[in-house]
Order: sequence, then structure tokens, then C-alpha cells
Amino acid sequence: MSQAHGFLKQLLPADETGGLYVLMLLSFFPLYCWFRKGESSEEEFQISFVCHRPEGLQILEEQTKFSKRELQFLYRAFKNECPSGVVDEDVFKLIYSQFFPQGDSSNYAHFLFEAFDTNKNGCLSFQEFVAGLSLILRGSMYDRLNWAFHFYDHDKDGFITKEEMLNIMKSIYEMMGKYVSPPIQDDIPREHVDRFFQKMDRNRDGVVTIEEFIESCQKDENIMRSMRLFDSVF
Amino acid sequence: MAAGVATWLPFARAAAVGWLPLAKKTMPKPPVDKKSRNDEILFVNVSGLRFQTWKNTLDRYPDTLLGSSEKEFFFNEDTQEYFFDRDPEMFRHILNFYRTGKLHYPRQECIQAFDEELAFYGIVPDIIGDCCMEEYRDRKKENQERLAEDTEAEMATDTPLPPHSTSRERLWRAFENPHTSTMALVFYYVTGFFIAVSVIANVVETVPCRPLKGSKKDLPCGEKYSLAFFCMDTACVLIFTFEYLMRLFAAPSRCKFMRSVMSVIDVVAIMPYYIGLVMPENEDVSGAFVTLRVFRVFRIFKFSRHSQGLRILGYTLKSCASELGFLLFSLTMAIIIFATVMFYAEKGTKGTNFTSIPASFWYTIVTMTTLGYGDMVPNTIAGKIFGSICSLSGVLVIALPVPVIVSNFSRIYHQNQRADKMRAQQKVRLARIRLAKKGTTNAFLQYKEEGGFQNKLQYTANDSALCLKNRSSFEHQHHHLLHCLEKTTNHEFTDELTFSEMCMTESVGYRTSRSTSISSQQGVTTSCCPRRAKRRAIRLANSTVSVSRGSVQELDTLQVHKTSAGPQSSRSSLNARTEDLKLNCEDRDFTAAIISIPTPPANTPDESLPPSPAIPGILRNSRSSFTHETVKISSL
Repeated sequence: MSQAHGFLKQLLPADETGGLYVLMLLSFFPLYCWFRKGESSEEEFQISFVCHRPEGLQILEEQTKFSKRELQFLYRAFKNECPSGVVDEDVFKLIYSQFFPQGDSSNYAHFLFEAFDTNKNGCLSFQEFVAGLSLILRGSMYDRLNWAFHFYDHDKDGFITKEEMLNIMKSIYEMMGKYVSPPIQDDIPREHVDRFFQKMDRNRDGVVTIEEFIESCQKDENIMRSMRLFDSVF
Repeated sequence: MAAGVATWLPFARAAAVGWLPLAKKTMPKPPVDKKSRNDEILFVNVSGLRFQTWKNTLDRYPDTLLGSSEKEFFFNEDTQEYFFDRDPEMFRHILNFYRTGKLHYPRQECIQAFDEELAFYGIVPDIIGDCCMEEYRDRKKENQERLAEDTEAEMATDTPLPPHSTSRERLWRAFENPHTSTMALVFYYVTGFFIAVSVIANVVETVPCRPLKGSKKDLPCGEKYSLAFFCMDTACVLIFTFEYLMRLFAAPSRCKFMRSVMSVIDVVAIMPYYIGLVMPENEDVSGAFVTLRVFRVFRIFKFSRHSQGLRILGYTLKSCASELGFLLFSLTMAIIIFATVMFYAEKGTKGTNFTSIPASFWYTIVTMTTLGYGDMVPNTIAGKIFGSICSLSGVLVIALPVPVIVSNFSRIYHQNQRADKMRAQQKVRLARIRLAKKGTTNAFLQYKEEGGFQNKLQYTANDSALCLKNRSSFEHQHHHLLHCLEKTTNHEFTDELTFSEMCMTESVGYRTSRSTSISSQQGVTTSCCPRRAKRRAIRLANSTVSVSRGSVQELDTLQVHKTSAGPQSSRSSLNARTEDLKLNCEDRDFTAAIISIPTPPANTPDESLPPSPAIPGILRNSRSSFTHETVKISSL
């Protein structure tokens, strides 16, 4: 026993050299791991690829009210911005924000995206895009009002609540930005919402159903006139 | 605005249908689009360059754009061709893919442009042929590294903190980017100073000082002034421990932090001290303890937080790992070979230094690296011959991997420099973007000023009409869109100057009588349009209510409805009042008054509307102030 002890004492002198050996041994392993990590991280650059192809031109022509030429025009614009064939929400927000340089249109763009993305898969395909546009631009008055109603009704429960409307209203006011005259006060959106409900909510139950909405809009000459301007947009 | 985005304009205008039912005013008339919109097309093939190929060729790959029915979208009836508005040079490679089945990467093209073309035509990059695959991957990796660095640099440094960060987040940020706050900077320099002190103390400890009285031997300073050194060491370790614990507390992911290199270095730097404290005074064990003092040298690695050059060096070494490994391996092989040979060559000589093969390692290494100390020299002829071969080969073996390491280092170093330059250019870039945005807004405002919205029929031929005509139809439509938004919200766009002018003018007489304040901002109320101030006759006597009035321009048409329950209105009866509105049908002609400071909406303070019993739990107030007056605008 004492022999082993003596041997050990000889091997590890009671000064710093023992520590040096330990240092060397201990540092070898982490350095090795660190180096290996450096090598393996080079393989991490994935090349991901997503592509989506729309239905044929004929089918789209039947499904929507656009002519072939118009569909071609729309598709070229669409494909130019999104070569992969689908728009995700960030690209959508980016595109939409270019039209409203002063304000922050990301919330409104988010609502728009949800309204267009009918199958709720987080991407807007050309079909969904063109279907929505066809409804708005080539649809009847009823179609447009219907679309607007579903745009306001986020949770699709058939009722527009004040909160849903307030969210939309706030996002619209955000698009205006800061430099407006007169300046937008904090409660203007809410006030606007209250006015809207006062007009639309016939039975005063605090929600607007689709019948109330359509009926109130049809009675309002201004709204009807404004709706007609969509006939000439595209 | 980007030309591609311009083609999305019909979509943006269609999306305006969401504003219509909410609009406070009628929408303006849309501009008349004289020419048919269609015509950007209609030419030949890929930007003018004609390509001809069999249909079968394209059909070979049906999951790409050219091979599927998607190309019908690009068919031009008049010229009976498929027209693509893309780069003709790149298209050559794409078409060759269909012809030969192999995709080649053109070396002189930008990798991103190439990728975009591939994405457009629906071709997966994995099918690039072997001849070009490596080049493609290298360039792609370089590009991605660059992008990653850019985003990292953007995120890491000067972005302002989100407003609701906890103290923990702020602390972490202070540690990671010391130049963001003065406290962080101070702490940074203090720790740096203490690292230096600690390292210098370690070094000076061993210098021989003059011996104590009555002793001949030179003492190392560490033993002479042991108390002083001990105190210094304690102070440094305390600072390091404190810093480590703070970092541990602030780290967003503690496990990840503990595994990171810097934290390991921190721990190893301070461990010996604590182990020494708790170590019992056992002779054998204290010997081992003494060896732990060596670990104090790790403290110098803590400097890598303070020096970017060190980090670059470390990163370079990491990225050259394979080259370094090769160097090490080949050197080891050569050392063993030559040491063996030298040992056997010199074995016979009397009193030789080459006592064993491991002893010869020293000679081999010294010779191969051309150090040549001369403490071990061969005496036999064979030994000298092999010795010279050894030194010649040493030069070669070491010189081979070094250029690779050097080029790696240079690449990384330049990338880092690029990051710094980018940060400097960032400000210029942001300013440019802001200018572009302002340009668009100014165009719109100018358009409005020139009365662009009036019916064109009323226009006589004058200068402003000419100016109007010079705008493109795209601009007309875009301005119409912005005008619709204005009408929806009944506010108008202005520029920064007008806005600040408006806010400067204060109307003293119109304070809100509101006791529950929006927040600390409501010291003074301003009226933003002094000429309308006279019309604001009403000051709310209601102590709990403030009304803010937005649309001043339309005051003529405004009719404010004040319910009979006005003076006693309390927040909880808001909904009750909307019921009352049915009763008060006649409009009364006063306009409401108060404008509160148009500062950005504060985070809501304390008020929350208790849900009214009349409306089952739907109404929730998430804003700070809200109106108790409903306003009916006659146009709606």
C-alpha cells in the first residue's frame, strides 16, 4: 500500500507540474468536442424548397368571373412576388405595407390574410387569392357585403361583436399613421365602432348578424354607391 | 415603389371593400382608366430572346413550370408564344437542363439570382450535376453565412429594447452589448480591469523579491507578501463570482448558458480558489491543491469577451479544424518515423543523448520545425544523413496546411469587417427608406392640394390640370386608394411639419374636466385647429368624462348627440346610454370640445369598463380613454 503511495507521490510531485498534467488531459476532451462541433455545423445549411402550382387556367376561369387574360395578368403579378406559388403572411404584410407608407398596416394585412386564406393553412395560394378577388371585384352587391361581413367576423360564428369590430377599426386607424389632421385620439376607433353598431345593430343585442348587416347596408345609399366603385377597379 | 408591387394594386384596392361599411363619408370616384390595363406583355419569348424546343423536351419534367400546365398562364395568344419576363441568359441553363438532364451552375452569376430563377421555374436545386454541385454549395454557404451574420448583427446590437422587457432581459442585454448603457459599460471595464489585475498578480507572484532579513535565499514575491496577494486574489474572485452569478440569473436559457464555452471558462477560473478554501490542511491533498493553482491561467481567456480579435481567432481555428487535424496527424506520423530512425542510428554511440525513442521525439520536433536548439545532435554519419532529411521534410509538412488556415482567417476577418461597415451603413440605409416613404406621402399631399379629386370635367385647361395628367395611372389609383382610407376614417394625411405645428398651438381655455386621467400625459390639452376653437362652445362639466374630438374639418356636418343622461354618466352606464339614443332622435346642434394631447396612445392604465349587464359580457375596454358621447355624422 505504501509502495503504491510512494509511487504515486513520485509520479505526481507536490508542485504545479501535477496540475499541468491534469490541465493537459482535461483540456484535450473539450477542445476535441469543440473542434468536432465546428466541423459538423457546416452541414447545417439546408436547402429547402416549396412549390405550389395552381389549377389550370380553364378551371380557374370557370370558378371565377375573370377572363383568361385577366387571370394571366393576375398570375404573373402573383408569381413575380412569390415564385414559390404561395404567399406567406410576412410577404403579404410586406407587399401590403408598400401601399401605406405612413402608417402601420400589418394588423389590417393580417385580417386580410385571414379573410383570403379560406383553408386556413397559413399560406395564400393563387386560387384563394383569385377566388377572393373575384368575389369582391366581379361579385354582386350581396357577394361584396357577404365578404365584408366575413372579413369583420373573425371567429366565423356568424356575429360581429364589438370587440371584433374594434380590432378592425384600430387596424384601419393604424394605417393612417401618426401625421394626420386632425390627430387621432385614443378613443376615436371605439367611438367609430359605437356609431357603426348604432347603425347596424337593429335589435340592440350587441352583435350584428349577417341579415342585420346586409339589410342596414342596403338601406344606406352611400354605402351602395361606394360599393359600385369596385366595378371599375380591375 | 417596386414595379412588381405595382401589379398588386388591384388587389389592394379590392381589399378596400373592408372599409366601405365602416366609412364615415362616401368614397370618392375612382379615376378613369383610359387605356386597357393589360399591356405589358406581348412580345417574344424570354425578354426578346427566342428559344425553340420540342414539347417533349419540356414534358420530361412534369413537376416544373415549363413541363406542367402552369405555363399556359404565360401563353400569348397573339404571337402564339410563351412569354417570360425573366433573364434570358439564365434561361439558357434552365433549358439545357431539359435537354441534357443535368443542371449546371454558371460561375459568373450571383447565387441568389440563380436560386430565384430556379424557384420561378419550379426546379429543385438538388439536381445540379456533380460537376457544378460543389461550387454551388460553397457559394450558397458563403451567402447564407453572410446573411446570418447580417441578421445577427442587426438583432444583436443596436435595436432598441421592446418596451416591456423585464429587468432580467435588460440585464442580459447589458451583458451582451455593453455599449447600450453606461452602467453596462462601467461594469464591462471594471471586469476587464480585474481580469488584468488577476493575471498580473499571478505573474508577479513568481518574481523573486528581495529576501527577508536574515535569510539568504531569494523569495518569490508571492510568499513574501502572501497576505497582499491573497487579498487581491480574493477580491478578483469575488468580482468574477458576482459576474458569473449575474449572468446566470439573466440568461434566457440557463442550461444553454451553462454549457457555453465562456461560462465554463468562468467556472474554471474561480473554482481553484473555492476548492482551496474548503480544502483541509492535509499534506497529500494540499499538494494536489497547489497544482490547481495552474488553472488560474484560464482567467486570461476571460478577455475574449472583451476582445473581438480573440473571438475571431477562436472562430478561425474552429473553422479550420480539419486542416489543423490533418497537420497534426501528418506531423505526428513524421515525428514517430524520424525519431525511430534517429534512435536506431545513434544507438551505438557512447554517451549519446538519444537514449530512447521518446527521447528522440524532442530532437525530431526541434529539427522539423527548424528550431534547432542544438542540445541533441547526431554524431554518426547515418544519423546526420537522416537528420538532414528530417529537417527538409519538416519544412514541407508544416508549410502545406498553413495557407488554408491563413485564407480561412482572412475570410472570417473580412466578414467581420463587413459587419462593422454594414452597421455604419445601416443608418444611411434607414434614412434613405424613410425618405422614399416621405416621397410617396408628399406626392399624395401635393395631389390633394392641386385639387386632384375634383371632377375632371370641371377642369379648365390650366397648369394644375397638366400636372395632374403627368401622373401615371398607377399613381392616380394609388392616390385614390389613400383618399378612400381618409374618407373611411374621416382624418386626413398630413406631413410631419403641419402635424407638429398643429400640436404646438394650445388652447388654454379648453381643459378637460376629467379627473380620472388618461395617464400622466394629460397635463395640458391642446386644440389642434385654432380657427375651430370658437365653435367649441361646450365644455364638459362632467367630471368623469372627457371627449376627444377628432374630425374638426367636418364640424359643420357634425351633430353631437348628448344624451339626457349626460351629466351623470358613469362608465358603467355607457351601454345604457346607447339605448337612450333611440329616444333622443332630434339632433342638437352643438359641437363638442375637448382635445387631449395627441400623444401616442398610452398603455392603458387602470380603467377597465365593468361589463355592462345589458350586453352580456361582450364589451371590454382595452383602451385608456373612451368617449361617452356618441356622435352621429349626418353623412352616414
